[in-house]
Amino acid sequence: MDAIRQFLAMGGYAAYIWPSFILTFAVVIGLAVVSWRRLKREEARLALLEQSRPGRRARSRTAA
Amino acid sequence: MLTRLANPTRFMRLADRLLPWLLASTVLAFAAGLVWGLGFAPPDYQQGETVRIMFVHVPAAWLAMFCYSFMAVASFVGLVWKHPLADVAAKAAAPIGAGFCLVSLVTGSLWGEPMWGTWWVWDARLTSMLVLFFLYVGYIALWSAIEEPERASRAAAILALVGAVNVPIVKFSVDWWSTLHQPSSVMRLDGPTIDASILWPLLVNAVAFQLYFITVLLWRMKAELIGRRIRALSLGLAAQEA
Repeated sequence: MDAIRQFLAMGGYAAYIWPSFILTFAVVIGLAVVSWRRLKREEARLALLEQSRPGRRARSRTAA
Repeated sequence: MLTRLANPTRFMRLADRLLPWLLASTVLAFAAGLVWGLGFAPPDYQQGETVRIMFVHVPAAWLAMFCYSFMAVASFVGLVWKHPLADVAAKAAAPIGAGFCLVSLVTGSLWGEPMWGTWWVWDARLTSMLVLFFLYVGYIALWSAIEEPERASRAAAILALVGAVNVPIVKFSVDWWSTLHQPSSVMRLDGPTIDASILWPLLVNAVAFQLYFITVLLWRMKAELIGRRIRALSLGLAAQEA
């Protein structure tokens, strides 16, 4: 228990060290999540658009 | 290689093959760097435990500078050779660089207060890094301010190239001017001056940041390419209906 308390105290500099790591990983995770979700959204939009658009073969058959 | 990748479909296929490996190695490298940096690296003989801030501060600053250089090269390639992926790459990289530039500024401030006794000084290193952050913000703003993609791409590329002059200023500011910020201790011609017990975890973290950059960059580039395809298809549909 003492070892954990000592680790968290960071030699008296906890107020500087932990916020540094928390901010860094908030940016790392935040950027990754936003980028990943945007990719999935765009993929879904493209799939929807391609579904609603008749394929080339289908279109030429209608034209014929 | 660059010409082969000019085909977006081929690029997407290659990205899809690489991404699972990149993601796995990013997570592993981050885990190793974090555990080593926080748990096993020894405290510095002068700075005590605060030296641990270096494990995120320095890789973030390196990545911020690398990312801007990458954007400048991509912008140059885009302007001169009209490579179809160049402006996609530069645009996709900008928010990542801006994020890590901010991380390096804030963690630097959190390190400065206990060690220098101040959160901020207007010395050459800190000021040029702040300028780099503004360049990132300006670049992102320019892309969203101009509606026509071709004009936006050209204007943003010119800004990226003009701003690139700041990258060597950031790097050499600690040699050219007398700064409160310490001089380089890793990327020196005569070799690193920091102890191996601290240098190795620092390098592992730097690799983690770099792998992360490539992974997120590929996600963002894919999203941008799909977005462009959607726009092209919608325009085609609109033209057909008209």
